[in-house]
Amino acid sequence: MSFFAALGRPEVLDLARQTHYFWALLPEIVLTLGAMLVLIVDVIHKGDRSEPSRGSIPVLTLAVLAATALANTALFGLRDVSANGMVAVDGFRTFTNFVYLVAAALCIAISMGYLERRGIMKGEFHALVLFATLGMMLMGGSRDLIMTFIGLEVMSVPIYVLVGFDRMDPRSSEASLKYFLLGAFSSGFFLYGIALVFGAVGSTNLTYIAETLGTGTDHGHERLLMAGMALTLVGLGFKVAAIPFHMWTPDAYDGAPTPVTALMSTGVKAAAFAAFVRIFAVAFADAGAQWVPVVWWLAAVTMVGANLVALTQGSVKRMLAYSSIAHAGYLLVALLSGGDTGKAAFLFYILAYTVMTAGAFGIVIANSRDGEERVTLEDYAGLGLEKPWLGAAFSIFLLSLAGFPLTAGFLGKLYILRAAVEGGQAQLAVILVLASLVSYFYYLRVIVVMYMRPARSEGWHAGAGLPLAARTAVLAACVVVVAMFFAGAVPMRWAEQSALSLWRQPAPVAASPAPASLFR
Amino acid sequence: MQQIPLEQALGLSALLFAIGAFGVVIRRNAIILFMCIELMLNAVNLAFVAFSPRSGVQGQVFVFFVIAVAAAEAAVGLAIIISVFRHKESVDIKNFSLLRW
Repeated sequence: MSFFAALGRPEVLDLARQTHYFWALLPEIVLTLGAMLVLIVDVIHKGDRSEPSRGSIPVLTLAVLAATALANTALFGLRDVSANGMVAVDGFRTFTNFVYLVAAALCIAISMGYLERRGIMKGEFHALVLFATLGMMLMGGSRDLIMTFIGLEVMSVPIYVLVGFDRMDPRSSEASLKYFLLGAFSSGFFLYGIALVFGAVGSTNLTYIAETLGTGTDHGHERLLMAGMALTLVGLGFKVAAIPFHMWTPDAYDGAPTPVTALMSTGVKAAAFAAFVRIFAVAFADAGAQWVPVVWWLAAVTMVGANLVALTQGSVKRMLAYSSIAHAGYLLVALLSGGDTGKAAFLFYILAYTVMTAGAFGIVIANSRDGEERVTLEDYAGLGLEKPWLGAAFSIFLLSLAGFPLTAGFLGKLYILRAAVEGGQAQLAVILVLASLVSYFYYLRVIVVMYMRPARSEGWHAGAGLPLAARTAVLAACVVVVAMFFAGAVPMRWAEQSALSLWRQPAPVAASPAPASLFR
Repeated sequence: MQQIPLEQALGLSALLFAIGAFGVVIRRNAIILFMCIELMLNAVNLAFVAFSPRSGVQGQVFVFFVIAVAAAEAAVGLAIIISVFRHKESVDIKNFSLLRW
């Protein structure tokens, strides 16, 4: 990190000084400039609007993501003095930023070839993915409710567009409309919750809220705060797709272009969960008596319901959508477990989940062709025999999603279970294990179909495959999924440190009743 | 000048929000759904303004953020509705059944 220190990075940030915001927001700044650059380069390259973009655009996009990741390393070991700035400066943010960047990079990588085939190879796609990633970083890294809201919208608006990106496909447009209406509806709830919390506590700063609730001073607005927490929970529940707020998920995931589905089920979910942790597990931690029972039921219903419905799905893409809802339930268990182990298990699992889910969608893309998605279970019959590499990779991702030993998913679930038992949520741990057992059935069914059943016809799988860059990304994801089992201690130690930094916030009680962080 | 009591302003805001949320649930026209959502956002703006004498001037500043975000959402939302209309010649969400479980 001496590189950034040599550039003049201070050791401790004082967010009362504007110039220090530059360092605190370095990755976001790099990403914003990069996204604009992608848009401009795309326009310069194209002579005509209808022309497809050059192949250099995805490469440039990946370069921008790499530059952002580099800028993100500038945040390693950085602290801030007062913790009441708009943006969090802690290891948790650094870790989750990497998760979003991995999700975005995998999305771009597996979209290569797919976009050309569907005739939607446009630079806007890549720029929108970058802007959505920016929104994720702002949402997951904010330390102020209003900032969380802005981040949420910066993330969601590009995703609404991306879901409907294939304008010629009625399914894509329809999914986009459904996602947009329910997404905007849920943002309304989230925002109203913010307003009520603001009224009850007198500030939207998360650190300040945590301190106010922690001191136990009677702020005299118990009911207002309760209503605010409930509405915030509804809004976040929609975004993380927990049952009963999941109605939009299967439709939106199914209709969206597959790389966008991959991004939605990984990056968007990770960002919503990061905000969930910051708001509920940190800021509202001392009001746990009110929200923990509610989230307990959310987690239980999500795990059981999603896994049962996933059993009935005939489409692999839709099955993965329900699987992603089920994983939201597992992540809620980690969140409820509380303490540092819970947060560390959460971080580890979100990383593992991102890699394996994006990889699985990569295989779904490999199996699609010109003009047809080929997502039913039947379409996968014989894939494992005719295309051994695709079959093996898909098996690894599915086994990892199921939580089979020798994969990252197994270790992730183990960490969550440990945290749940330590955190006194043994019942949830039991539900998690039972729900996972159910999930084995539908994950293994795909593997069985791939290897045990003959293909629909001779040469059915002849065209399956990915271009080189996408193949490399899927292979890398495979390697990571396995490596995270054998060398799980390394990411886990990093996750633990990151989780610790979330708690070890400096907490000088602000002298003024409301830190007017906006006007400094 | 007499101030409006906080309870009344909040009551109005809650009422508007409820009307908007109720409208989203019962109406079936995408444009009207969208108008109901805008109504919900504006109810929140009212709540922010109502709280701001007590909780600080930030409340009024947040309103501007919300207005800006709502405008961006409106632009994207209407574009999406048009794109759906091109396929279906309708904006009635009853007719959208390509995707269902």
